[in-house]
Amino acid sequence: MKIHEYQGKELLKKFGVVVPRGVFCPSVDDAVKAAESLGGKVWVVKAQIHAGGRGKGGGVKVAKSLDEVRQYAGQILGMQLVTHQTGPAGQKVRRLLIEEGADIRKEYYVAALTDRATQKVAMMASSEGGMDIEEVAHKTPEKILKVFIDPIDGLTDAQATQLATGIGVPADSVAKAVATLKGLYTCYMETDASLAEINPLILEGNGDIKALDAKFNFDSNSLYRQPEIMAFRDLDEEDPDELEASRFDLSYISLDGNIGCLVNGAGLAMATMDTIKLFGAEPANFLDVGGGATTEKVTEAFQIMLRNPKVKGILVNIFGGIMRCDTIATGVVAAARVTHLSVPLVVRMKGTNEDIGKKILSESGLPIITADSMAEAATKIVAAVS
Amino acid sequence: MSILINKDTKIITQGITGKTGQFHTEKCQEYANGKNCFVAGVNPKKAGESIFGIPIFGSVKEAAAETGATVSVIYVPPPGAAAAIWEAVEADLDLVVCITEGIPVRDMLMVRNKMLRKEAAGGKKTLLLGPNCPGLITPDEVKIGIMPGHIHRKGRIGVVSRSGTLTYEAVGQLTEIGLGQSSAVGTGGDPINGLKHIDIMRLFNDDPDTDAVIMIGEIGGPDEADAAVWCKANMKKPIVGFIAGVTAPAGKRMGHAGALISGGADTADAKLAIMEECGFKVTRDPSEMGKLIKAMI
Repeated sequence: MKIHEYQGKELLKKFGVVVPRGVFCPSVDDAVKAAESLGGKVWVVKAQIHAGGRGKGGGVKVAKSLDEVRQYAGQILGMQLVTHQTGPAGQKVRRLLIEEGADIRKEYYVAALTDRATQKVAMMASSEGGMDIEEVAHKTPEKILKVFIDPIDGLTDAQATQLATGIGVPADSVAKAVATLKGLYTCYMETDASLAEINPLILEGNGDIKALDAKFNFDSNSLYRQPEIMAFRDLDEEDPDELEASRFDLSYISLDGNIGCLVNGAGLAMATMDTIKLFGAEPANFLDVGGGATTEKVTEAFQIMLRNPKVKGILVNIFGGIMRCDTIATGVVAAARVTHLSVPLVVRMKGTNEDIGKKILSESGLPIITADSMAEAATKIVAAVS
Repeated sequence: MSILINKDTKIITQGITGKTGQFHTEKCQEYANGKNCFVAGVNPKKAGESIFGIPIFGSVKEAAAETGATVSVIYVPPPGAAAAIWEAVEADLDLVVCITEGIPVRDMLMVRNKMLRKEAAGGKKTLLLGPNCPGLITPDEVKIGIMPGHIHRKGRIGVVSRSGTLTYEAVGQLTEIGLGQSSAVGTGGDPINGLKHIDIMRLFNDDPDTDAVIMIGEIGGPDEADAAVWCKANMKKPIVGFIAGVTAPAGKRMGHAGALISGGADTADAKLAIMEECGFKVTRDPSEMGKLIKAMI
């Protein structure tokens, strides 16, 4: 789960990381009032959406007067902000963050994330702050420093100092940088984050270290024990179909193709999508109905898939193990009836009670096409939609 | 022969009295030699009782001491699952199979690092399979986990995958064309786990009763590439490889917590390329896994 920058900064502040003074604003008037109350001569007007790349897309502006604050806030609030992470449709800006200006002497990059290979927490830092870190990693990988933290010990002073001096923090600011890194690490662990990134982390003219941005992602397995993080959830930023699916315990992700697919198991679901592509079409979604699919769940899954106007056909691929094929077949027939299914439907079933399942499908009187293998199923659905 | 488990394995079930634990314990008992293999359950509140004829103990240590069990399987719900793993490790078991899906990643990080410390200090090394995995099976001998027993058949092909149903798909294809399995192992869909593809490939390589292996992977993480590089230098048996997720978009968690593309090496294409380079027969058509292995043996 992702959160907004202003929420991330609240978290960082709680763990001792210095952030600019700022105010979250839902309207233009609020933005102007916020700038007034912050005082100073320079303010930053920042669009709050979950995607990165906001600056390049025109979602971050520096205002040098209250009039400019009003002007920029008016431009940004309500715009469809398009960045490399939002897709071509962009994301509507509903919230702003107004911040005091910063005296930037140098920009750095720091981040904490879980490293699968070492099974440690990796903390990364770079002297090349403010840039796209993927690009830095690609062009000048030597400029990214990494330490691996044993979670039993936590981030040590030696590791934090190594990072701070390694990225060129001046000697009299190293202690502040070390405190920032330790705050970031503790915040990462305590909140069950899967990514905590500050880009840029800045050195100010007076030697202070400050987080100018905050990007967080959280482990969804841990949200049950993080009520504070859950309260940050912004449903406006989430795909409405994915949200609806999660209410029914379905794992759903929308994609760009025209063949809806309903599968049990994440690995098999991906393999089914790949097979559709292999035989010449594109999947419209990833959908894992999980191990305990009921008629209600299958019907809901059909409704979610069919809400996508691009869907021209549906492929159901079930490997019956504990979940029996006859249960799924009954669910599929009911779902096809309830949704008045008008697009071609191919069903491939294997495993437990396969024969009973196939019989239910053929006796339903519905024009359901059946297949024995995944390849055959994909061939048939691709032919049916083209 | 087989890898990790056989008909003589003695198993403790942690979380045996929960709904999932009960359901699967019955199925595991019914399969092949299961009646004799599943010898103990653990639940501190129900110690002294029994379920399906299996005695329940107050702790893993006690269960192991009383029954001689060396393996445990865990169905404990996510908030207590990492502690259950640690309890089994502290009891010095040989192998812990954790079925539980949805364990907080931080809990797994802590328990994995505690396990490494115990080993480094000279303590007994306990292998962990999973979490968020289907378990493992040696056909006609014993099944530990949630896979449907009846699709398997005894034979000489090894199967390893992270995913449950994709493992069943491979097993189903093999059985259909008359090839049995030596063992089939699911390593699980979580980012922080125990045994990885490379560990299972090592075991299959050393197993005199495995002739060839189907290795299935998915997007995210370095496991498949690590295994491929190891196989290139060491594996003496033919391998068919498949990676799920060619069509998966970057940055999206595809069902499994670990199935997420966060960098170039995480993609299915990158993994397929390195597997091919390392001598695997790779396929982009998962319907072909069985046929391809048949052609190679």
